[in-house]
Amino acid sequence: MGRYVLRRLLQLIPVFVGTTFLIYVLVWAVPGDPFAGMCGERRCEPGFIQMMTEKYNMDENIVVQYFLYLGNLLQGDFGTTFSGLSVGELIELRYPVSVQLALVAVGIEAVIGLAAGILTGLYGRGFLDNLVLVATLFLISIPVFVTGFVLQILMGFELEWFPPVVGTDPSFYDLLLPGFVLGSLSMAYVSRLTRTSIAENTRADYMRTALAKGQPKRRIVGVHLLRNSAIPVLTFLGTDLGSLMGGAIVTEGIFGIPGVGGLVYEAILQKEGVTVTGVVVLLVIVFLLMNLIIDLLYAVLDPRIRYD
Amino acid sequence: MAVQSMSGTGDLGEGTGVVPDAPLLEVEDLFVEFHTRDGVAKVLNGVSYHVDAGETLAVLGESGSGKSVTAQAIMGILDVPPAVVRSGAIRFRGEDLLKVSDGRRTELRGQGLAMVFQDALSALNPVFTVGFQIEEQLRVRLGMSRKDARKRAVELLDLVRIPNAARRVRQYPHEFSGGMRQRAMIAMSLALDPELLIADEPTTALDVTVQAQIMDLLKELQVERKMGLILITHDLGVVAEVADRIAVMYAGKIVEHADAVSLYRNPGHPYTAALLESLPRLDLKGTELKTIRGLPPSLLAIPPGCPFHPRCPMAEDRCRTEVPGDHRLGLGRTSKCHFAEELVGRV
Repeated sequence: MGRYVLRRLLQLIPVFVGTTFLIYVLVWAVPGDPFAGMCGERRCEPGFIQMMTEKYNMDENIVVQYFLYLGNLLQGDFGTTFSGLSVGELIELRYPVSVQLALVAVGIEAVIGLAAGILTGLYGRGFLDNLVLVATLFLISIPVFVTGFVLQILMGFELEWFPPVVGTDPSFYDLLLPGFVLGSLSMAYVSRLTRTSIAENTRADYMRTALAKGQPKRRIVGVHLLRNSAIPVLTFLGTDLGSLMGGAIVTEGIFGIPGVGGLVYEAILQKEGVTVTGVVVLLVIVFLLMNLIIDLLYAVLDPRIRYD
Repeated sequence: MAVQSMSGTGDLGEGTGVVPDAPLLEVEDLFVEFHTRDGVAKVLNGVSYHVDAGETLAVLGESGSGKSVTAQAIMGILDVPPAVVRSGAIRFRGEDLLKVSDGRRTELRGQGLAMVFQDALSALNPVFTVGFQIEEQLRVRLGMSRKDARKRAVELLDLVRIPNAARRVRQYPHEFSGGMRQRAMIAMSLALDPELLIADEPTTALDVTVQAQIMDLLKELQVERKMGLILITHDLGVVAEVADRIAVMYAGKIVEHADAVSLYRNPGHPYTAALLESLPRLDLKGTELKTIRGLPPSLLAIPPGCPFHPRCPMAEDRCRTEVPGDHRLGLGRTSKCHFAEELVGRV
């Protein structure tokens, strides 16, 4: 196991360099003058442009630029925006709320998705099964911005059950509605996946063995069935948390959550290359680490999987 | 031990084998159907057999003959639906298992009757250690502490001669070899000291040498513990040495029932005779292996008359219309063949 973790961590290095390089090139090699329109109505002073060009090493080759950036990054320096703000501080300010939102979303999709999946998986065809089938089909086929706006108008403005707009430093309750919106698509997948997994494992031979051993029904389902059925579902939830941690531009936008998704969006509009690169690089790291954790968790859940 | 009288011929006998005062397990006239999309499959059509403590009954038959379904009906682990128990009785120490409460049934499983399955790899839960799966019964059913249960599990693994039991108890099923896995399965079935053990093709998935070891082990445990043993198999070679009595099943019926020696020496049903002839034999090396022509009947449409008649070398007109009843052949032997007496008298 230890060797596997080490190997995986070493594998992170080329993946990290490769992805960050691609991002850097995509952001900085785009045609167009990054300083156009930076000085209001007037053209920028040549001195200013010269200063900025030097500061961001823009007269260097793109590869050299990248390695200079990478060097700073490895020292924990995410750089500064054109207006002089520290990107590191910006991330610090806006990332926590995105992580909170992701956790709430995954929590909601896990609770509702698992419950629906387990119930329909255990009891098979019937009213509930059809209800869940139709509901998940809806969630899967409707785009998030539709779900978002509809729920915001209905539950936020009309019924006033939840705050329609979430400000800075939101409470857990404030994040419930946006969390539901963000997690709705995956929730549908979780419930489908759980249903299939349960229905499949119900017919497994070891279930019959447990019954023949004289184990009580509750224990057979609660211990033998759930443990086996949970393996694919937990893996999915883990991967999903990894991608939701990347922020949610649409959901954050609808509910006015000042998260990292919004930060990237604004930065792209303003051609703030440093911010875009910094944030995306961080998200890549988070995603890679989450994947590593999931792979390790997988081995814990299913003893048949060994990495050595 | 009433046998249904579906035809005028044959004895309406009681008798399938020695009838003791209180049999350990008695299956009487069991009818089971499977309701499938294609229709009703008549899987068991009046199965009767019994087993006593300290006795081994081998149930023999091709795939689909209903031997496993009978066992599952006894254990109460049939998938309902599609299975439906139409009629009959399964008496364990006189108590009809088809009439008792679910709670009582659960109680009897493991303690009264236990079962060893064919493929131990799929029959054991892959995500729990072998120890956990043995201890689970001791803890849940007997209320033993984790520590005591672990100790007992190691003893049980020792009993089935798994080397290094103290270490093995912490391993997962996939870390065991096929033979060891089946031993672990047997240890698990013995955890609650059952009076009757049903072994459903316990050696089918194993190498020939390992097969013999497992059969020896089962036999030894059965004698030691004076258990009743029902051994389900399609392999006549496997049962030769361990079975006291043999029940041959075909299309959901017991077509022949005899003590092991008589059955081998002098089969009383053409089907049994054909099965024996289809065994590979060293003294007939080089000659073509005999097979039984045709296929087992579809349980959705069992042929009228004797269900074996389309494949039977002895079939005559009456076989196509008259259902043969049990012909008593003495010494507790029965055969559901119109010509049973001729067959046995032939030698």
